[in-house]
Amino acid sequence: MNFIEAEHLSFYYEQEDEQQNTQKLVLRDVSLSVKKGEFLAVIGHNGSGKSTLSKHMNAILLPTGGRMYVDGIDTSDEERIYEVRRKVGLVLQNPDNQLVASIVEEDVAFGPENLGVEPEEIRRRVDKSLKAVDMYEYRLHAPHKLSGGQKQRIAIAGILAMEPDCIVLDEPTAMLDPKGREEVISAVTKLNKEQGITVVIITHNMEETVNCDRVVVMDKGKILTQGTPREVFSQVQLIRSHQLDVPQATELCSMLVSVGLSLVQLPLDTQECIDALSEVLL
Amino acid sequence: MRDITLGQYYPSNGILHRLDPRIKVLLLIGVIVLIFCTFNFFALGVAALLVATSVILSKVPIKLYLKSMKAIIIVILITSLLNLFYGTGEPLWSFWIFKITKDGIENSIYVTVRIISLVMVSSSLTFTTSPTDLTDALERLMKPLSFFKVKTHEIAMMMTIALRFVPTLLEETDKIMSAQKARGADMESGNLIKRIKALIPILIPLFVSAFRRAYELAMAMECRCYQGGEGRTRMKQLHLSARDFVALFVFVVAVAGVVLCNIFL
Repeated sequence: MNFIEAEHLSFYYEQEDEQQNTQKLVLRDVSLSVKKGEFLAVIGHNGSGKSTLSKHMNAILLPTGGRMYVDGIDTSDEERIYEVRRKVGLVLQNPDNQLVASIVEEDVAFGPENLGVEPEEIRRRVDKSLKAVDMYEYRLHAPHKLSGGQKQRIAIAGILAMEPDCIVLDEPTAMLDPKGREEVISAVTKLNKEQGITVVIITHNMEETVNCDRVVVMDKGKILTQGTPREVFSQVQLIRSHQLDVPQATELCSMLVSVGLSLVQLPLDTQECIDALSEVLL
Repeated sequence: MRDITLGQYYPSNGILHRLDPRIKVLLLIGVIVLIFCTFNFFALGVAALLVATSVILSKVPIKLYLKSMKAIIIVILITSLLNLFYGTGEPLWSFWIFKITKDGIENSIYVTVRIISLVMVSSSLTFTTSPTDLTDALERLMKPLSFFKVKTHEIAMMMTIALRFVPTLLEETDKIMSAQKARGADMESGNLIKRIKALIPILIPLFVSAFRRAYELAMAMECRCYQGGEGRTRMKQLHLSARDFVALFVFVVAVAGVVLCNIFL
């Protein structure tokens, strides 16, 4: 069994109207598996259910239909809920609302403190996690004086200190400026490459997905398509028809192709785009 | 507004900064009691001397102490004046309904010195102890109360979160005020009632956003396996060291001094 395994997952909210109770279906029959060490991106526009899916991965939400397994544990098993949350850490969108303490290192220590880890071990983990996201020299600062990207990296360190096998990030860069976005993405990429931590990133920004192992596109609570970034973004028509974007380089070249330019494959980032175009044009 | 520092912590490496915060809180309570248990000038002098020592040892600029005095100078003036004129006994000087007696002068000196000492010694605690250390110390000191079913961990957690969110919510207030001003809200003119009414369009969005933050924070805490105080450990351990016992010893000497002065002088 894979590390995270969703089997025919569905989820609905109860919506209470004045007259009747209606069910709002958010996830419909989603089956997805995430391998250990994988870097997975989930994209989709607002209301596609991608955020709801991420909250199922660490048992914040429980499926109303189907099953969700994390490392073989059924997330609906209430007795093992904290085991699931220790294995899969969830980083949320707004860094301001997920920091608990008014000193950086104490905030990072919050997770392991909850797990009842020994004090010396907490110290070691806090230092290690802060170094992993390049925030060690800020350990005695107050979070509210840091930039958005720095705060989000502290939030990641806070999850990292619980030593999870997998980190799920729910639109971690949506509230950040381009510099903060870059900082967060490179920190997460480093964790995946160097420490082999499984990463699932939920995002709006297509540019962030091009270096992932696999991209999952969600639409109306279902998986629309999935595959390597190249496979997914080569289906420009399909992606665009669901009000989603492809990376800018891909879009540019697909427009050029539609007016008669012939390219071997669509590029994903700027460098590939330059290479492809210079080959054709020069 | 953004740079507000709660508790006015002044970072430094003085000996008072390095004392165990639990000892500091206990000593503060002790000193306050001591200040009110002085019944003659000699005893008051000993207590004041103790307060002065703590002010000097705190290595905090005296200017900061004077600043904290500024806020209560009116209180000192009023209470000392009232005490001055309400003394009983032989009047030394009188005019119309006012009379000053030896008793009154003594009382007003007592009151003035006591209030000044109180403010000084409390400030020396808040200047030398960071808010986090302070809540930490309070949590540990309240621990025995959990025997009486007081939720000490929850109280301390609330204090920690409140301290954490003060700057965030202040920043938010700033933003909402600017947003409402941009929509033409007038907050600076009109009488008191008008101005209070003008605050409503600021407070409502602030409350709504505070609730949203609380909801998200609760989820983030759940993500980090928060299950209440049970089975929780702490990264920072507090240890009593030699200097804490020295501080206790100094306090005990001062108590002995005050008691002796009260009895024999």
